[in-house]
Amino acid sequence: FGADKLTDQQKEFQQLARKFAREEMIPVAAAYDRSGEYPFPIIKKAWELGLINGHIPQEYGGMGLSIFDSCLITEELAYACTGMQTAMEANSLGQMPVIIAGNDAQKKKYLGRMTEEPLMCAYCVTEPGAGSDVANIKTRAVRVGDDYVVNGQKMWITNGGKANWYFLLARTNPDPKCPAGKAFTGFIVDADTPGIQVGRKEMNMGQRCSDTRGITFEDVRIPKENVLITEGAGFKIAMGAFDNTRPPVAAGATGLAQRALDEATNYALERKTFGKAIAEHQAVSFILAEMAMKVELARMAYQRSAWEVDQGRRNTYYASIAKAFAGDIANQVATDAVQVFGGNGFNSEYPVEKLMRDAKIYQIYEGTAQIQRLIISREHFGKYKK
Amino acid sequence: MSGRVLVGVKRVIDYAVKIRVKPDHSGVVTDGVKHSMNPFCEIAVEEAVKLKEKKLMKEVVVVSCGPQQSQETIRTALAMGADRGIHVEVSGKDYETLGPLQVSKILAALAKKEDAQLIILGKQAIDDDCNQTGQMTAALLDWPQGTFASEVSLEKDGIKVVREIDGGLETIKISTPAVLTADLRLNTPRYATLPNIMKAKKKKIANVKPADLGVDLTSRLEVLRVDEPPQRQAGMKVETVDDLVSKLKDAGKV
Repeated sequence: FGADKLTDQQKEFQQLARKFAREEMIPVAAAYDRSGEYPFPIIKKAWELGLINGHIPQEYGGMGLSIFDSCLITEELAYACTGMQTAMEANSLGQMPVIIAGNDAQKKKYLGRMTEEPLMCAYCVTEPGAGSDVANIKTRAVRVGDDYVVNGQKMWITNGGKANWYFLLARTNPDPKCPAGKAFTGFIVDADTPGIQVGRKEMNMGQRCSDTRGITFEDVRIPKENVLITEGAGFKIAMGAFDNTRPPVAAGATGLAQRALDEATNYALERKTFGKAIAEHQAVSFILAEMAMKVELARMAYQRSAWEVDQGRRNTYYASIAKAFAGDIANQVATDAVQVFGGNGFNSEYPVEKLMRDAKIYQIYEGTAQIQRLIISREHFGKYKK
Repeated sequence: MSGRVLVGVKRVIDYAVKIRVKPDHSGVVTDGVKHSMNPFCEIAVEEAVKLKEKKLMKEVVVVSCGPQQSQETIRTALAMGADRGIHVEVSGKDYETLGPLQVSKILAALAKKEDAQLIILGKQAIDDDCNQTGQMTAALLDWPQGTFASEVSLEKDGIKVVREIDGGLETIKISTPAVLTADLRLNTPRYATLPNIMKAKKKKIANVKPADLGVDLTSRLEVLRVDEPPQRQAGMKVETVDDLVSKLKDAGKV
């Protein structure tokens, strides 16, 4: 693997994504950030070009892209706007449990429709009282006849108000002593099922055009055909999705960081102070050098983690490292970009304050920076024990 | 009627790149510089693909003359919807001196070999701005030409072309087979979609040498020197009209 050794096809994919990002997304990103309006026109165009739903296997109408290839695309789109890119990426997260654990009928029904029309889906696990501690979720699913009846509350669901269907994780075994690996079940839920109440769109610090909501389930009936694998298999499915989705999330953070680096560098070459361009003052050039180091390393980290899973190997260690590192440096690099811009950086007429606001969530969603460190330390020690 | 349209595409330095003259003034720096399809060639490809989608033409064949890298340009056209490609290999010194005369000879030969009904080219390339290849190709084939086309409609008895001219727009009717050159407002080129990029890999690109077409590449032109445009000089502010007139007189302008 390696950025300079991309195949011709990978280069073409990257060029397409880059062109779309620069010509379609960047011109409207600031307006969507201000209004918070869902960028459906952009998502629809991206869908028409085949830039989203890349993970869906070819048998179900998708492109069956490798994780590496889809990361290349993700980085380019995130460069333009991570709010829009997160809305698109949430589709991958919602689909991943179905891709890895769905049976043929489920895949045909729920993945097939995503390639026939520009639909959204969502990954519905987090609750108001449980984010990192997934084993502590309280949403209950009770078997009644041929259905499961679900009651509970989910929160911070990306695409919550726009999804056609959700991947839902709910507790099916009420026994508190039952281990997490057996107590939860993964479901596919049609969003128009009676009893689902979609909350208001949440106003967030950044990635503001992305649709995030609370969702209430009140006696929602899910047919047993919509259970993934079997009752009790949910936890592993929900977590297994992350090995495939953390590399793209890291790629997104890298795209944001690259944008911050480019904006800051171009500014530094133009802005003059004390008789020369600020780029020629070592204090500033050193800031930019460190930003460049971080961006390059984040890129290498996500590429490694993507390549590992594409080779068929368990990539948890690398995926966690990539996500943790990219999330952290995206925040550092975006903050540094604002600093390089000085007073202008703090102002909404310049593009970098949005980057700083958008970057924060990368240390929180898809596993917080702290959870990543738990995972990395566990994997790390696992190599040393005999 | 083969219903075949031949589209020429040229690989040029990308429009967004800042051009630099080589230190020896023999040309511009091309090594390591981003190249892409000439924007007017993109418009030509788009028009051809549209004609095929409207079922007015059956096959779009895209041609590029140049070194190995010209194949990337052909692939882009294939990803936009062209059916197959022809790469005319020209490299080294021959490539440095390749110009409209040689290319038009190649295109004319290919048009005959491929039994093309229509040739669509960009009106000019953004590197040399020659605006000659379309016209020369038509002359060599003794075909009518519709240049600077901003609108093209295939009708029963010929092609109606609306041309962008200095005075405005001119509408002409020409018979087929014909050569068209695309101007800016003819259409908006489509993005190649991801699935089409993947499909393009399976489309064929034939390799041809100019000698196979009986074309002599010798150039009648010799580039003596390449220079950057003169740096824009700073202006001067004057207080009165008399001042302005006297300064202009001093500079020999009036």
